[in-house]
Amino acid sequence: MNINLTLFGQMVTFAFFVWFCMKFVWPIILQAMEERQQKIADGLDAADRALHDLEQAQNKASDQMQEAKQEAAGIIDQANKRAVQIIEEAKQQAVTEGERLKVAAQAEIEQEVNRAKEELRATVAGLALAGAEKVLEASIDEKSNRALVDKLAAQL
Amino acid sequence: MAGENPASTTEYIQHHLQNLVYGNHPDHGWSFAHSAQEAAEMGFMAIHVDSLAWSIGLGLIFCFLFRFAAVRATTGVPSGLLNFVELIVEFIDGVVKDSFHGSNKMVAPLALTIFVWVFLMNLMDLLPVDLIPYLLGFAGVHYQKIVPSTDPNITMGMALAVFALMLYYSVKIKGTGFIKELTMHPFNHWVFIPVNLFMETVGLLAKPFSLGLRLFGNMYAGEMIFILIAMMFAAGAGAGFAAGGLHAQLFGEHTNLLFWLVIFALVCGVCWMNLKGKISTGKTVLISAVIMTLGGGVFAIAGGLMQWGWAVFHVLIITLQAFIFMVLTIVYLSMAHEDH
Repeated sequence: MNINLTLFGQMVTFAFFVWFCMKFVWPIILQAMEERQQKIADGLDAADRALHDLEQAQNKASDQMQEAKQEAAGIIDQANKRAVQIIEEAKQQAVTEGERLKVAAQAEIEQEVNRAKEELRATVAGLALAGAEKVLEASIDEKSNRALVDKLAAQL
Repeated sequence: MAGENPASTTEYIQHHLQNLVYGNHPDHGWSFAHSAQEAAEMGFMAIHVDSLAWSIGLGLIFCFLFRFAAVRATTGVPSGLLNFVELIVEFIDGVVKDSFHGSNKMVAPLALTIFVWVFLMNLMDLLPVDLIPYLLGFAGVHYQKIVPSTDPNITMGMALAVFALMLYYSVKIKGTGFIKELTMHPFNHWVFIPVNLFMETVGLLAKPFSLGLRLFGNMYAGEMIFILIAMMFAAGAGAGFAAGGLHAQLFGEHTNLLFWLVIFALVCGVCWMNLKGKISTGKTVLISAVIMTLGGGVFAIAGGLMQWGWAVFHVLIITLQAFIFMVLTIVYLSMAHEDH
């Protein structure tokens, strides 16, 4: 319990520890803490900003979607119209083609009929001549009777 | 250890309160003191080896711990020790910013050193009073006070260092204003200069004394109470089986460390089994109580409970005293920085 040199020993020790703490401990820890504080504040800021950006992006995206929908609806409309038009055109074309084909077929048929008539006439003329030859049994001058027979055949 | 007779009880207490002194004895020269009387004869030229060694050791622990944390301080996510250290640093920083309004880079580290160091020194009070002195007894060291803050040299040493800082900053910041403060306050007239000087000087000197002696007084009283409670164990010895338990039956007045180690191991074993879920908590308390009663008797149980109770209360005191020492230092230095 006596006061002695320990007093000064403690004072010196105290001074040394305070110096140590002041130089090697306090500033370093405090600096790290402040830096971290700054970092956290920055991080929170960034998060806020990101949230804001996200909102903006979402708005933009929904706008674009709306636009795209409208555009798509327009395109579909146009396509429908065009399809109707094409169908209409095709119908028109088909009708025209059918008409054309029908006319051609009729012409051909007529031609065939005429040819058949021609043939038939020739054949009938021959047959009539042969018949008349046999009926008359006489040799008739082919030249004088020919015009007669042809007149007959033309009446058929 | 003391028995029931008053002489040895007094001896026990005095032995506990005697530092390990190394000093210049008028007869033996520089040597360790072998008794309280020799220590007293050494006068001022002596050193309390135990106080200083524990205080420096604890200071080194503080430095090492905080330096370790400082080296590993990152701006990333802190963990473990760094978290703990930063908690303390932030707390101290808050207190300093609240009470100290000057600009001085020394005050905050000073406060941190004081708080942690004084706390660690006070914390030694919670170790069982007889443990370390008993163990060191085997090594031939007969006196040992392990709580540096129960030594007025230690607390006054710190208080005087703070006082020196107060004077230094008063002169540095206020210059002649400091002299004016001492002479022209509280009665602002030249006639009253002697009166003012006397009052202000007393007031100034009272600061380091109250600072150092407050801590010393609190810790010394706390230590005393621990010692007094510790004697309850001894009081049971020789008082028969009911009061002193098996211990008194087997060893009489002489404590055997091994016996208490066995009791300690048994209680630890019971608690361990409880933690492993083998026995219920109620049974654990009951069995522990029975073991302790059988071992040490009623006195040991009562003493143990009182030690525990006082220790719980003392945790508050040691923290509070460390905090008070720190806050007063800050306030005193703040006053030294205030220019009127």
